[in-house]
Amino acid sequence: MSQLKNTPLTDRHIALGAKMTDFAGYNMPVSYQGIIEEHLAVRNSVGVFDVSHMGEFIVRGKQALDLIQYVTTNDASKLQIGDAQYSCLPNGRGGIVDDLLVYRLPEDYCSEGEMAFMLVVNASNIEKDWNWIKQHNRFDTQLINISEKTALLAVQGPQATAALQSLTDVQLAAMKYYTFTKGTFAGVDNVLISATGYTGAGGFELYVNADQIGHIWDAVFEAGKDFGIQPVGLGARDTLRLEMGYCLYGNDIDDTTSPLEAGLGWITKLQKGDFMDADTLKTQKAAGPSRRLVGFTVSERRVPRHDYPIENAQGEVIGKVTSGTQSPSLGRPIGMGYVQAPFAAPGTPIYIVAGSKKLSGEVVKLPFLKA
Amino acid sequence: MEFPANLKYTEEHEWVRVEEGNTAYVGITDFAQSELGEIVYVEVGTVGDSLGANDIFGTVEAVKTTSDLYLPIAGTILELNERLENEPELVNESPYGDGWIVKVSLNDLADLDKLMDATAYEALVG
Repeated sequence: MSQLKNTPLTDRHIALGAKMTDFAGYNMPVSYQGIIEEHLAVRNSVGVFDVSHMGEFIVRGKQALDLIQYVTTNDASKLQIGDAQYSCLPNGRGGIVDDLLVYRLPEDYCSEGEMAFMLVVNASNIEKDWNWIKQHNRFDTQLINISEKTALLAVQGPQATAALQSLTDVQLAAMKYYTFTKGTFAGVDNVLISATGYTGAGGFELYVNADQIGHIWDAVFEAGKDFGIQPVGLGARDTLRLEMGYCLYGNDIDDTTSPLEAGLGWITKLQKGDFMDADTLKTQKAAGPSRRLVGFTVSERRVPRHDYPIENAQGEVIGKVTSGTQSPSLGRPIGMGYVQAPFAAPGTPIYIVAGSKKLSGEVVKLPFLKA
Repeated sequence: MEFPANLKYTEEHEWVRVEEGNTAYVGITDFAQSELGEIVYVEVGTVGDSLGANDIFGTVEAVKTTSDLYLPIAGTILELNERLENEPELVNESPYGDGWIVKVSLNDLADLDKLMDATAYEALVG
């Protein structure tokens, strides 16, 4: 068994009494005070996640854009300096290698005539993504893996702007969703401040050198004191993203699911020019995917879980659950799963098989939590 | 973490407390509730049923996970703790007290000897 990796903040999590778990090979906090309390802190006020386990690659060079356009589904040519974009890496067989964020970096990251990007990938896929992108780098482009030396804090919630503003001259309230800027933050230069997140609650993600993240963490909690700021673990990260219907790689999307099936058509730009799996995806789009990822609720208090079968009224298996939880905001169970296309319309009755019991459910429109 | 000496324990992290005669209370241990996290629902569809030792008598839903409940000793399920319907969090707050799950009529008190005492259980989870 390989040794668990720590983030630069692991000692702080343990000192706070967090329940820790092995996530993608990292010793990560699941919860501190309890998932529900942490979840509601993010929805109602502000919470802080250590997501330093995420991977970051720099892609730069004269053909950096060409490489990114080829390996991702979204249209990176639309990115101006300071923009971020959600995207995914098709696997050449119609499935997904990973989902990721693409940042178009400022010119000081590259030489004249070049472009620079940062790709932010899932911790569990760092090595796989790195090898995959490298394997397809037939372009004049340099790849640098900065995952180990890059730490990441997500400060999320409606009070995130107010809680953080005293730490920086960057006008946080003026930042548009999915943009970023570099600035001095809590006295640390060159912090990449990104108006992104995985919660639907608004807020920021702060990319910082690993050796400075401890200082930033402490400063964020000090500044957020009056806003009831709380540390938030991976447990609430999962319930928060699921309420928004956001996919989790390994659960809702993987090497066997296509972006179109997963409802990621909005980041699959079939007209942008040639890219990995473009033909496969065009054919699939024309025919319509045979199954779709849908959200559903159940009319009972039992909670649907990953891999529970989904049946129709006749008791035939029509799909399976990919994610399920008790929604802390709604106080009821919610789930997502793949169903055969004819059962994907909101309002369709479905049945979730939980052991010896069948839970009566209904397909609903995502997100579960309306803004 | 508490391990009351007047209870018997199982490897599935349930406890039994004999009240009087063959009547006993069954719940999950402090360790179990702590591992599960916030409990949001306890389902017991077996009230009135006669079950064997290690039979599943219900299900606990926590935010993150679902866990079956195993009957420590053969017996008949007499009642579910009604308060759990609206206050499932009692299992977290008071796993050995107000958070008991079912009242059971045990078939044979001698079966208790097959279970762990507090010291043995503490050693198991400690």
